[in-house]
Amino acid sequence: MTQMPFYVSPEQLMKDRADFARKGIARGRSVVVLGYDGGIAFVAENPSRALHKVSEIYDRIAFAAVGKYNEFENLRVAGVRYADLRGYSYDRTDVSARGLANAYAQTLGTIFTQESKPLEVEIVVAEVGSTAATDQIYRLMYDGSVADQEGFVAMGGAGDSIEEALTERWHPGLSLSEALGLAVELLGRDPAGNGADRQLGPDQLEVAVLDRQRPRRTFRRISGSLLDALLSTDDPMTDAPTVDEAATPRHASSNPQTQRADDESGA
Amino acid sequence: MTAGRGGAGGRLPDAYFAPGTSSFTDFIAAHAPSLLPSRRPLPPSMTLEAPHGTTIVAVAYEGGVVMAGDRRATMGNLIANRDMEKVFIADEYSAAGIAGTAGIAIEIVRLFQVELEHYEKIEGALMSLEGKANRLASMIRGNLGMAMQGLSVVPLFAGFDLDERRGRIFSYDVTGGCYEEHDHHCVGSGSLFARGSLKKLWRPGLDAEHAVAVALESLYDAADDDSATGGPDPARRIWPTVALLDSEGARFVETAAVGDAVDRIIAGRQGNPGGAR
Repeated sequence: MTQMPFYVSPEQLMKDRADFARKGIARGRSVVVLGYDGGIAFVAENPSRALHKVSEIYDRIAFAAVGKYNEFENLRVAGVRYADLRGYSYDRTDVSARGLANAYAQTLGTIFTQESKPLEVEIVVAEVGSTAATDQIYRLMYDGSVADQEGFVAMGGAGDSIEEALTERWHPGLSLSEALGLAVELLGRDPAGNGADRQLGPDQLEVAVLDRQRPRRTFRRISGSLLDALLSTDDPMTDAPTVDEAATPRHASSNPQTQRADDESGA
Repeated sequence: MTAGRGGAGGRLPDAYFAPGTSSFTDFIAAHAPSLLPSRRPLPPSMTLEAPHGTTIVAVAYEGGVVMAGDRRATMGNLIANRDMEKVFIADEYSAAGIAGTAGIAIEIVRLFQVELEHYEKIEGALMSLEGKANRLASMIRGNLGMAMQGLSVVPLFAGFDLDERRGRIFSYDVTGGCYEEHDHHCVGSGSLFARGSLKKLWRPGLDAEHAVAVALESLYDAADDDSATGGPDPARRIWPTVALLDSEGARFVETAAVGDAVDRIIAGRQGNPGGAR
Protein backbone atom coordinates (compact mmCIF):
# COMPACT_ATOMS: atom_id res chain seq x y z
CA MET A 1 0.00 0.00 0.00
CA THR A 2 2.97 2.28 0.51
CA GLN A 3 4.08 2.12 -3.12
CA MET A 4 1.32 3.28 -5.42
CA PRO A 5 1.82 2.89 -9.14
CA PHE A 6 -0.33 5.95 -9.83
CA TYR A 7 -1.43 8.90 -7.80
CA VAL A 8 -4.67 8.27 -5.92
CA SER A 9 -6.21 11.16 -4.07
CA PRO A 10 -6.70 10.63 -0.31
CA GLU A 11 -10.43 11.21 -0.78
CA GLN A 12 -10.62 8.42 -3.33
CA LEU A 13 -8.48 6.09 -1.21
CA MET A 14 -10.64 6.54 1.89
CA LYS A 15 -13.83 6.23 -0.12
CA ASP A 16 -12.67 2.98 -1.70
CA ARG A 17 -11.80 1.54 1.68
CA ALA A 18 -15.09 2.65 3.20
CA ASP A 19 -17.03 1.14 0.30
CA PHE A 20 -15.10 -2.09 0.68
CA ALA A 21 -15.82 -2.31 4.42
CA ARG A 22 -19.45 -1.32 4.01
CA LYS A 23 -20.01 -3.98 1.36
CA GLY A 24 -18.54 -6.65 3.62
CA ILE A 25 -20.74 -5.59 6.54
CA ALA A 26 -23.90 -5.39 4.43
CA ARG A 27 -23.56 -9.06 3.44
CA GLY A 28 -24.16 -10.23 7.00
CA ARG A 29 -27.37 -10.71 8.96
CA SER A 30 -28.42 -7.90 11.28
CA VAL A 31 -28.14 -7.33 15.02
CA VAL A 32 -30.47 -5.12 17.07
CA VAL A 33 -29.50 -3.65 20.45
CA LEU A 34 -32.28 -1.91 22.33
CA GLY A 35 -33.05 -0.68 25.82
CA TYR A 36 -35.98 -2.03 27.83
CA ASP A 37 -37.23 -1.14 31.29
CA GLY A 38 -34.98 -3.66 33.07
CA GLY A 39 -31.78 -3.26 31.05
CA ILE A 40 -30.44 -3.62 27.52
CA ALA A 41 -31.42 -6.43 25.11
CA PHE A 42 -29.32 -7.82 22.26
CA VAL A 43 -31.06 -9.69 19.45
CA ALA A 44 -29.15 -11.22 16.54
CA GLU A 45 -30.26 -13.40 13.71
CA ASN A 46 -27.75 -16.20 14.16
CA PRO A 47 -28.52 -19.88 13.63
CA SER A 48 -25.24 -20.94 15.25
CA ARG A 49 -25.24 -21.92 18.92
CA ALA A 50 -21.47 -21.67 19.22
CA LEU A 51 -20.29 -18.74 17.09
CA HIS A 52 -21.69 -15.83 19.03
CA LYS A 53 -22.36 -12.31 17.81
CA VAL A 54 -23.22 -11.10 21.30
CA SER A 55 -20.94 -11.63 24.29
CA GLU A 56 -20.13 -10.59 27.82
CA ILE A 57 -17.19 -8.25 28.32
CA TYR A 58 -17.43 -7.35 32.00
CA ASP A 59 -19.83 -7.05 34.91
CA ARG A 60 -22.10 -4.47 33.26
CA ILE A 61 -20.68 -4.35 29.73
CA ALA A 62 -21.54 -6.41 26.67
CA PHE A 63 -20.42 -6.53 23.06
CA ALA A 64 -22.33 -7.12 19.83
CA ALA A 65 -20.94 -7.20 16.32
CA VAL A 66 -21.71 -7.78 12.67
CA GLY A 67 -19.35 -8.43 9.78
CA LYS A 68 -16.47 -10.89 9.48
CA TYR A 69 -16.47 -13.35 12.35
CA ASN A 70 -12.71 -13.75 12.70
CA GLU A 71 -12.21 -10.00 12.83
CA PHE A 72 -14.84 -9.18 15.44
CA GLU A 73 -13.97 -12.26 17.50
CA ASN A 74 -10.43 -10.91 17.71
CA LEU A 75 -11.78 -7.54 18.85
CA ARG A 76 -14.01 -9.22 21.42
CA VAL A 77 -11.11 -11.14 22.96
CA ALA A 78 -9.07 -7.94 23.06
CA GLY A 79 -11.98 -6.23 24.82
CA VAL A 80 -12.23 -8.96 27.46
CA ARG A 81 -8.47 -8.70 28.02
CA TYR A 82 -8.67 -4.91 28.26
CA ALA A 83 -11.52 -5.05 30.79
CA ASP A 84 -10.07 -7.84 32.92
CA LEU A 85 -6.62 -6.23 33.02
CA ARG A 86 -8.10 -2.89 33.98
CA GLY A 87 -10.34 -4.43 36.62
CA TYR A 88 -7.45 -6.44 38.02
CA SER A 89 -4.96 -3.59 38.23
CA TYR A 90 -7.51 -1.00 39.46
CA ASP A 91 -10.94 -2.07 40.68
CA ARG A 92 -13.97 -3.68 39.10
CA THR A 93 -15.87 -0.39 39.24
CA ASP A 94 -13.15 1.33 37.19
CA VAL A 95 -14.00 -0.57 34.01
CA SER A 96 -16.29 1.50 31.79
CA ALA A 97 -17.86 1.10 28.37
CA ARG A 98 -16.61 4.56 27.46
CA GLY A 99 -12.97 3.56 28.03
CA LEU A 100 -13.43 0.38 26.03
CA ALA A 101 -15.22 2.21 23.20
CA ASN A 102 -12.31 4.67 23.01
CA ALA A 103 -9.76 1.86 22.84
CA TYR A 104 -11.78 0.16 20.08
CA ALA A 105 -12.20 3.44 18.20
CA GLN A 106 -8.44 4.08 18.23
CA THR A 107 -7.76 0.53 17.10
CA LEU A 108 -10.33 0.54 14.29
CA GLY A 109 -9.24 4.02 13.16
CA THR A 110 -5.56 3.09 13.01
CA ILE A 111 -6.28 -0.09 11.10
CA PHE A 112 -8.56 1.79 8.68
CA THR A 113 -5.92 4.32 7.72
CA GLN A 114 -2.71 2.35 8.07
CA GLU A 115 -3.28 -1.27 7.15
CA SER A 116 -3.85 -2.61 3.69
CA LYS A 117 -7.40 -3.73 4.48
CA PRO A 118 -9.90 -2.11 6.85
CA LEU A 119 -11.79 -4.35 9.28
CA GLU A 120 -15.19 -5.32 7.89
CA VAL A 121 -16.97 -5.00 11.21
CA GLU A 122 -19.37 -2.81 13.03
CA ILE A 123 -19.67 -3.18 16.79
CA VAL A 124 -21.71 -2.04 19.74
CA VAL A 125 -20.36 -1.68 23.27
CA ALA A 126 -23.17 -1.26 25.81
CA GLU A 127 -23.11 -0.69 29.53
CA VAL A 128 -26.17 -1.04 31.74
CA GLY A 129 -26.47 1.65 34.41
CA SER A 130 -28.36 1.72 37.67
CA THR A 131 -31.29 3.43 35.90
CA ALA A 132 -32.41 3.49 32.27
CA ALA A 133 -31.19 7.10 32.03
CA THR A 134 -27.60 6.04 32.76
CA ASP A 135 -27.48 3.19 30.21
CA GLN A 136 -24.82 3.73 27.56
CA ILE A 137 -24.79 2.33 24.04
CA TYR A 138 -21.78 3.10 21.81
CA ARG A 139 -21.74 2.21 18.16
CA LEU A 140 -18.35 1.86 16.46
CA MET A 141 -17.88 1.86 12.70
CA TYR A 142 -15.18 0.19 10.61
CA ASP A 143 -13.28 3.51 10.35
CA GLY A 144 -13.17 4.12 14.09
CA SER A 145 -15.96 6.65 14.28
CA VAL A 146 -17.99 6.41 17.50
CA ALA A 147 -21.59 7.36 18.10
CA ASP A 148 -23.24 7.52 21.51
CA GLN A 149 -26.69 6.13 20.76
CA GLU A 150 -29.86 6.84 22.64
CA GLY A 151 -32.01 3.78 23.25
CA PHE A 152 -31.32 1.52 20.28
CA VAL A 153 -28.94 0.52 17.47
CA ALA A 154 -29.39 -1.71 14.44
CA MET A 155 -26.38 -2.93 12.46
CA GLY A 156 -25.73 -5.19 9.49
CA GLY A 157 -27.33 -5.72 6.11
CA ALA A 158 -30.77 -4.38 6.98
CA GLY A 159 -29.50 -2.00 9.67
CA ASP A 160 -30.70 1.23 8.10
CA SER A 161 -34.28 0.13 7.47
CA ILE A 162 -34.55 -1.47 10.94
CA GLU A 163 -33.20 1.68 12.56
CA GLU A 164 -35.79 3.75 10.67
CA ALA A 165 -38.59 1.55 12.00
CA LEU A 166 -37.15 1.66 15.52
CA THR A 167 -37.12 5.47 15.45
CA GLU A 168 -40.88 5.30 15.03
CA ARG A 169 -41.75 2.41 17.28
CA TRP A 170 -39.19 2.22 20.10
CA HIS A 171 -39.88 4.18 23.25
CA PRO A 172 -38.35 4.09 26.73
CA GLY A 173 -39.94 1.71 29.24
CA LEU A 174 -40.73 -1.23 26.92
CA SER A 175 -40.95 -4.54 28.74
CA LEU A 176 -38.45 -7.24 27.74
CA SER A 177 -41.04 -9.24 25.81
CA GLU A 178 -42.22 -6.12 23.94
CA ALA A 179 -38.63 -5.18 23.11
CA LEU A 180 -37.79 -8.69 21.91
CA GLY A 181 -41.02 -8.92 19.91
CA LEU A 182 -40.27 -5.62 18.19
CA ALA A 183 -36.66 -6.58 17.42
CA VAL A 184 -37.61 -10.02 16.08
CA GLU A 185 -40.36 -8.59 13.88
CA LEU A 186 -38.01 -6.00 12.37
CA LEU A 187 -35.20 -8.54 11.85
CA GLY A 188 -37.64 -10.69 9.87
CA ARG A 189 -38.66 -7.88 7.57
CA ASP A 190 -37.45 -7.96 4.00
CA PRO A 191 -35.05 -5.00 3.69
CA ALA A 192 -35.99 -4.39 0.05
CA GLY A 193 -39.61 -4.03 1.13
CA ASN A 194 -41.13 -6.12 -1.64
CA GLY A 195 -40.81 -9.69 -0.39
CA ALA A 196 -42.84 -11.37 2.33
CA ASP A 197 -41.76 -10.93 5.94
CA ARG A 198 -40.07 -13.90 7.54
CA GLN A 199 -41.13 -15.27 10.92
CA LEU A 200 -37.90 -15.87 12.88
CA GLY A 201 -38.11 -18.71 15.41
CA PRO A 202 -36.12 -18.99 18.64
CA ASP A 203 -33.64 -21.40 17.02
CA GLN A 204 -32.62 -18.75 14.48
CA LEU A 205 -32.02 -16.12 17.14
CA GLU A 206 -29.25 -15.29 19.53
CA VAL A 207 -30.68 -13.28 22.42
CA ALA A 208 -28.92 -11.88 25.49
CA VAL A 209 -29.59 -9.15 28.03
CA LEU A 210 -27.72 -6.95 30.46
CA ASP A 211 -30.18 -7.22 33.34
CA ARG A 212 -30.01 -4.22 35.68
CA GLN A 213 -31.30 -6.25 38.65
CA ARG A 214 -28.80 -9.08 38.57
CA PRO A 215 -25.99 -9.02 41.12
CA ARG A 216 -22.49 -8.31 39.80
CA ARG A 217 -22.31 -10.00 36.37
CA THR A 218 -25.44 -8.67 34.66
CA PHE A 219 -24.99 -10.41 31.30
CA ARG A 220 -27.24 -13.31 30.58
CA ARG A 221 -28.09 -15.36 27.49
CA ILE A 222 -31.73 -16.12 26.89
CA SER A 223 -32.62 -19.25 24.97
CA GLY A 224 -34.77 -22.34 25.02
CA SER A 225 -38.11 -22.31 26.80
CA LEU A 226 -37.54 -18.90 28.40
CA LEU A 227 -37.06 -17.32 24.97
CA ASP A 228 -40.13 -19.16 23.67
CA ALA A 229 -42.20 -17.77 26.54
CA LEU A 230 -40.91 -14.23 26.08
CA LEU A 231 -41.56 -14.23 22.33
CA SER A 232 -44.95 -15.86 22.51
CA THR A 233 -47.73 -13.29 22.31
CA ASP A 234 -50.18 -15.27 24.43
CA ASP A 235 -47.74 -16.09 27.26
CA PRO A 236 -48.06 -13.70 30.21
CA MET A 237 -44.30 -13.70 30.87
CA THR A 238 -42.88 -10.22 30.15
CA ASP A 239 -39.53 -10.24 31.93
CA ALA A 240 -36.82 -12.79 32.59
CA PRO A 241 -36.69 -13.89 36.22
CA THR A 242 -33.72 -12.37 38.02
CA VAL A 243 -33.06 -15.69 39.69
CA ASP A 244 -32.02 -18.37 37.25
CA GLU A 245 -33.64 -21.73 36.98
CA ALA A 246 -30.86 -24.16 37.97
CA ALA A 247 -28.67 -23.57 34.90
CA THR A 248 -26.25 -20.88 36.06
CA PRO A 249 -26.77 -19.61 39.59
CA ARG A 250 -25.07 -16.38 40.39
CA HIS A 251 -25.16 -15.14 43.91
CA ALA A 252 -24.49 -11.61 45.03
CA SER A 253 -21.70 -12.89 47.22
CA SER A 254 -19.64 -13.97 44.22
CA ASN A 255 -18.20 -10.48 43.92
CA PRO A 256 -14.48 -11.16 44.27
CA GLN A 257 -13.55 -7.77 45.59
CA THR A 258 -16.27 -7.00 48.07
CA GLN A 259 -17.14 -10.68 48.61
CA ARG A 260 -20.59 -9.66 49.76
CA ALA A 261 -23.77 -8.10 48.44
CA ASP A 262 -23.97 -4.36 48.84
CA ASP A 263 -26.44 -4.53 51.71
CA GLU A 264 -24.30 -6.78 53.88
CA SER A 265 -21.25 -5.20 55.46
CA GLY A 266 -19.29 -8.44 55.61
CA ALA A 267 -18.25 -7.93 59.20
CA MET B 1 -3.01 2.66 32.08
CA THR B 2 -0.05 1.86 34.23
CA ALA B 3 -0.23 -1.73 33.21
CA GLY B 4 -0.28 -1.39 29.45
CA ARG B 5 2.41 -0.52 27.01
CA GLY B 6 0.21 1.60 24.81
CA GLY B 7 0.25 1.17 21.07
CA ALA B 8 0.47 4.06 18.62
CA GLY B 9 -2.12 6.73 19.35
CA GLY B 10 -4.09 4.81 21.98
CA ARG B 11 -4.55 1.76 19.82
CA LEU B 12 -4.73 -1.49 21.79
CA PRO B 13 -1.29 -3.12 21.80
CA ASP B 14 -0.64 -6.22 19.70
CA ALA B 15 -0.59 -8.48 22.78
CA TYR B 16 -4.35 -7.94 23.11
CA PHE B 17 -4.86 -9.52 19.70
CA ALA B 18 -2.47 -12.44 20.13
CA PRO B 19 -4.46 -15.60 19.42
CA GLY B 20 -4.17 -18.92 21.18
CA THR B 21 -4.62 -18.37 24.90
CA SER B 22 -7.70 -18.18 27.08
CA SER B 23 -5.59 -17.62 30.18
CA PHE B 24 -5.45 -14.23 31.83
CA THR B 25 -2.22 -15.20 33.57
CA ASP B 26 -0.54 -16.05 30.26
CA PHE B 27 -1.76 -12.76 28.82
CA ILE B 28 -0.35 -10.60 31.60
CA ALA B 29 2.83 -12.70 31.76
CA ALA B 30 3.47 -11.57 28.19
CA HIS B 31 2.07 -8.07 28.42
CA ALA B 32 2.39 -6.80 32.00
CA PRO B 33 4.58 -9.26 33.93
CA SER B 34 4.98 -6.91 36.87
CA LEU B 35 1.36 -7.69 37.79
CA LEU B 36 2.12 -11.37 38.38
CA PRO B 37 2.89 -12.29 41.98
CA SER B 38 5.51 -14.78 40.80
CA ARG B 39 7.43 -12.43 38.52
CA ARG B 40 8.93 -10.07 41.05
CA PRO B 41 12.64 -10.02 41.73
CA LEU B 42 13.44 -11.12 45.28
CA PRO B 43 16.14 -9.68 47.50
CA PRO B 44 18.76 -12.35 48.15
CA SER B 45 18.12 -14.50 51.20
CA MET B 46 16.49 -12.56 53.92
CA THR B 47 13.32 -13.13 55.83
CA LEU B 48 10.72 -10.61 56.79
CA GLU B 49 7.69 -10.66 58.96
CA ALA B 50 4.29 -10.30 57.30
CA PRO B 51 0.76 -11.16 58.40
CA HIS B 52 -0.08 -14.85 58.26
CA GLY B 53 -3.49 -16.38 57.81
CA THR B 54 -4.23 -19.48 59.79
CA THR B 55 -6.86 -22.22 59.76
CA ILE B 56 -9.18 -23.26 56.92
CA VAL B 57 -11.37 -26.36 56.95
CA ALA B 58 -13.43 -28.03 54.23
CA VAL B 59 -16.14 -30.61 54.93
CA ALA B 60 -17.90 -32.64 52.26
CA TYR B 61 -21.56 -33.48 52.72
CA GLU B 62 -24.32 -35.14 50.73
CA GLY B 63 -24.53 -33.01 47.57
CA GLY B 64 -21.88 -30.41 48.28
CA VAL B 65 -19.02 -29.13 50.38
CA VAL B 66 -18.62 -26.51 53.13
CA MET B 67 -15.52 -24.36 53.46
CA ALA B 68 -14.92 -22.33 56.60
CA GLY B 69 -12.07 -20.24 57.94
CA ASP B 70 -11.28 -18.32 61.09
CA ARG B 71 -10.79 -14.55 60.88
CA ARG B 72 -7.41 -14.02 62.49
CA ALA B 73 -4.12 -12.97 60.87
CA THR B 74 -1.00 -13.01 63.02
CA MET B 75 2.42 -11.40 62.73
CA GLY B 76 4.81 -13.10 65.10
CA ASN B 77 3.20 -12.96 68.49
CA LEU B 78 0.84 -10.14 67.53
CA ILE B 79 -2.64 -10.30 66.08
CA ALA B 80 -2.32 -8.39 62.82
CA ASN B 81 -6.00 -8.49 61.91
CA ARG B 82 -8.99 -9.91 63.73
CA ASP B 83 -11.63 -9.80 60.99
CA MET B 84 -9.79 -10.80 57.86
CA GLU B 85 -11.72 -12.90 55.33
CA LYS B 86 -9.70 -15.90 54.25
CA VAL B 87 -12.32 -17.89 52.37
CA PHE B 88 -12.99 -16.56 48.89
CA ILE B 89 -15.56 -17.58 46.35
CA ALA B 90 -13.53 -18.18 43.22
CA ASP B 91 -16.36 -18.54 40.73
CA GLU B 92 -19.92 -19.83 40.57
CA TYR B 93 -19.08 -23.33 41.74
CA SER B 94 -15.82 -23.12 43.66
CA ALA B 95 -14.11 -21.45 46.58
CA ALA B 96 -10.55 -21.11 47.82
CA GLY B 97 -9.38 -20.69 51.39
CA ILE B 98 -5.89 -19.50 52.17
CA ALA B 99 -3.30 -20.11 54.84
CA GLY B 100 0.14 -18.56 54.84
CA THR B 101 1.39 -15.08 53.96
CA ALA B 102 -1.82 -13.11 53.68
CA GLY B 103 -0.71 -10.42 51.22
CA ILE B 104 0.59 -12.85 48.63
CA ALA B 105 -2.25 -15.29 49.19
CA ILE B 106 -4.93 -12.67 48.60
CA GLU B 107 -3.16 -11.50 45.46
CA ILE B 108 -3.02 -15.08 44.19
CA VAL B 109 -6.73 -15.56 44.92
CA ARG B 110 -7.63 -12.34 43.09
CA LEU B 111 -5.62 -13.44 40.08
CA PHE B 112 -7.24 -16.87 40.28
CA GLN B 113 -10.73 -15.32 40.32
CA VAL B 114 -9.98 -13.22 37.24
CA GLU B 115 -8.36 -16.24 35.57
CA LEU B 116 -11.52 -18.33 35.93
CA GLU B 117 -13.88 -15.59 34.81
CA HIS B 118 -11.60 -14.64 31.90
CA TYR B 119 -11.54 -18.23 30.67
CA GLU B 120 -15.32 -18.47 31.00
CA LYS B 121 -15.87 -15.29 28.97
CA ILE B 122 -13.40 -16.13 26.22
CA GLU B 123 -14.30 -19.81 25.86
CA GLY B 124 -18.01 -19.38 26.57
CA ALA B 125 -17.84 -22.37 28.93
CA LEU B 126 -16.97 -23.06 32.55
CA MET B 127 -13.58 -24.63 33.25
CA SER B 128 -13.74 -28.17 34.65
CA LEU B 129 -13.15 -28.49 38.38
CA GLU B 130 -9.83 -30.30 37.86
CA GLY B 131 -8.86 -27.55 35.43
CA LYS B 132 -9.46 -24.95 38.11
CA ALA B 133 -7.54 -26.96 40.71
CA ASN B 134 -4.60 -27.27 38.32
CA ARG B 135 -4.59 -23.56 37.47
CA LEU B 136 -4.35 -22.78 41.17
CA ALA B 137 -1.54 -25.33 41.51
CA SER B 138 0.49 -23.59 38.83
CA MET B 139 0.08 -20.26 40.62
CA ILE B 140 1.30 -21.79 43.90
CA ARG B 141 4.22 -23.35 42.02
CA GLY B 142 5.14 -19.91 40.72
CA ASN B 143 5.43 -18.73 44.31
CA LEU B 144 8.08 -21.31 45.26
CA GLY B 145 10.89 -18.75 45.29
CA MET B 146 9.08 -16.66 47.84
CA ALA B 147 8.02 -19.72 49.82
CA MET B 148 11.71 -20.55 50.26
CA GLN B 149 12.16 -17.16 51.90
CA GLY B 150 9.38 -17.83 54.34
CA LEU B 151 6.53 -16.26 52.36
CA SER B 152 4.68 -19.44 51.61
CA VAL B 153 1.03 -19.74 50.60
CA VAL B 154 -0.94 -22.94 51.08
CA PRO B 155 -4.52 -22.81 49.79
CA LEU B 156 -7.37 -25.22 50.16
CA PHE B 157 -9.64 -25.47 47.13
CA ALA B 158 -13.15 -26.89 47.04
CA GLY B 159 -15.90 -26.92 44.48
CA PHE B 160 -19.00 -28.58 43.20
CA ASP B 161 -18.23 -30.86 40.27
CA LEU B 162 -20.99 -30.37 37.71
CA ASP B 163 -20.11 -33.58 35.87
CA GLU B 164 -19.93 -35.85 38.89
CA ARG B 165 -22.62 -33.93 40.84
CA ARG B 166 -20.69 -33.88 44.13
CA GLY B 167 -18.50 -31.62 46.20
CA ARG B 168 -14.74 -32.15 45.92
CA ILE B 169 -11.77 -30.91 47.97
CA PHE B 170 -8.20 -30.30 46.76
CA SER B 171 -5.18 -29.61 48.94
CA TYR B 172 -1.79 -28.19 47.94
CA ASP B 173 1.78 -28.09 49.12
CA VAL B 174 4.23 -25.19 48.69
CA THR B 175 5.76 -26.74 45.57
CA GLY B 176 2.42 -26.67 43.79
CA GLY B 177 1.50 -30.30 44.34
CA CYS B 178 -2.26 -30.72 44.08
CA TYR B 179 -3.98 -33.63 45.84
CA GLU B 180 -7.61 -34.55 45.97
CA GLU B 181 -8.86 -35.10 49.53
CA HIS B 182 -11.84 -37.15 50.58
CA ASP B 183 -14.51 -36.30 53.15
CA HIS B 184 -12.71 -33.42 54.85
CA HIS B 185 -9.43 -31.56 55.03
CA CYS B 186 -7.84 -28.57 56.72
CA VAL B 187 -4.78 -26.35 56.32
CA GLY B 188 -2.97 -23.78 58.44
CA SER B 189 -1.42 -23.65 61.87
CA GLY B 190 -4.53 -24.91 63.65
CA SER B 191 -5.11 -27.74 61.20
CA LEU B 192 -3.65 -30.36 63.53
CA PHE B 193 -6.37 -29.75 66.08
CA ALA B 194 -9.09 -29.16 63.52
CA ARG B 195 -8.26 -32.45 61.85
CA GLY B 196 -8.66 -34.40 65.06
CA SER B 197 -12.01 -32.79 65.58
CA LEU B 198 -13.13 -33.45 62.00
CA LYS B 199 -12.13 -37.10 62.24
CA LYS B 200 -14.33 -37.62 65.27
CA LEU B 201 -17.33 -35.58 64.11
CA TRP B 202 -17.55 -36.25 60.38
CA ARG B 203 -19.98 -38.92 59.21
CA PRO B 204 -21.04 -40.04 55.74
CA GLY B 205 -24.34 -38.56 54.57
CA LEU B 206 -24.18 -35.30 56.54
CA ASP B 207 -26.59 -32.59 55.42
CA ALA B 208 -25.50 -28.99 54.83
CA GLU B 209 -26.56 -27.71 58.25
CA HIS B 210 -24.70 -30.45 60.13
CA ALA B 211 -21.65 -30.05 57.91
CA VAL B 212 -21.54 -26.35 58.84
CA ALA B 213 -21.80 -27.30 62.51
CA VAL B 214 -18.95 -29.82 62.14
CA ALA B 215 -16.77 -27.22 60.42
CA LEU B 216 -17.46 -24.63 63.14
CA GLU B 217 -16.75 -27.16 65.92
CA SER B 218 -13.41 -28.01 64.33
CA LEU B 219 -12.48 -24.33 64.06
CA TYR B 220 -13.42 -23.88 67.71
CA ASP B 221 -11.14 -26.77 68.64
CA ALA B 222 -8.34 -25.31 66.53
CA ALA B 223 -8.69 -21.92 68.23
CA ASP B 224 -8.79 -23.67 71.60
CA ASP B 225 -5.25 -24.99 71.24
CA ASP B 226 -3.59 -22.86 68.55
CA SER B 227 -2.87 -19.25 69.50
CA ALA B 228 -2.74 -18.15 65.86
CA THR B 229 -6.30 -19.29 65.12
CA GLY B 230 -9.04 -16.89 66.12
CA GLY B 231 -12.00 -18.23 68.02
CA PRO B 232 -15.49 -16.75 67.71
CA ASP B 233 -15.60 -13.22 69.13
CA PRO B 234 -19.08 -12.70 70.65
CA ALA B 235 -18.22 -9.20 71.89
CA ARG B 236 -17.45 -7.91 68.39
CA ARG B 237 -19.81 -10.35 66.67
CA ILE B 238 -16.98 -11.71 64.54
CA TRP B 239 -17.71 -15.22 63.33
CA PRO B 240 -15.86 -17.58 61.00
CA THR B 241 -16.43 -17.16 57.25
CA VAL B 242 -18.51 -20.07 55.94
CA ALA B 243 -19.10 -20.82 52.25
CA LEU B 244 -21.47 -23.47 50.88
CA LEU B 245 -20.83 -25.07 47.49
CA ASP B 246 -23.51 -27.26 45.97
CA SER B 247 -25.61 -27.63 42.83
CA GLU B 248 -27.08 -24.18 43.48
CA GLY B 249 -23.62 -22.64 43.25
CA ALA B 250 -21.20 -21.05 45.68
CA ARG B 251 -22.42 -18.66 48.35
CA PHE B 252 -21.62 -17.47 51.83
CA VAL B 253 -23.78 -18.51 54.74
CA GLU B 254 -25.43 -15.37 56.14
CA THR B 255 -23.53 -13.80 59.01
CA ALA B 256 -26.60 -14.04 61.27
CA ALA B 257 -27.00 -17.77 60.60
CA VAL B 258 -23.31 -18.40 61.36
CA GLY B 259 -23.74 -16.35 64.57
CA ASP B 260 -26.65 -18.54 65.65
CA ALA B 261 -24.72 -21.73 64.92
CA VAL B 262 -21.70 -20.42 66.88
CA ASP B 263 -23.94 -19.40 69.78
CA ARG B 264 -25.26 -22.97 69.92
CA ILE B 265 -21.70 -24.33 69.99
CA ILE B 266 -20.66 -21.96 72.78
CA ALA B 267 -23.78 -22.86 74.76
CA GLY B 268 -23.11 -26.56 74.22
CA ARG B 269 -19.60 -26.17 75.61
CA GLN B 270 -20.66 -24.62 78.91
CA GLY B 271 -19.36 -27.12 81.44
CA ASN B 272 -18.38 -29.40 78.54
CA PRO B 273 -15.22 -27.80 77.08
CA GLY B 274 -14.55 -30.76 74.79
CA GLY B 275 -17.61 -29.87 72.72
CA ALA B 276 -19.77 -32.13 70.61
CA ARG B 277 -18.79 -35.74 70.26
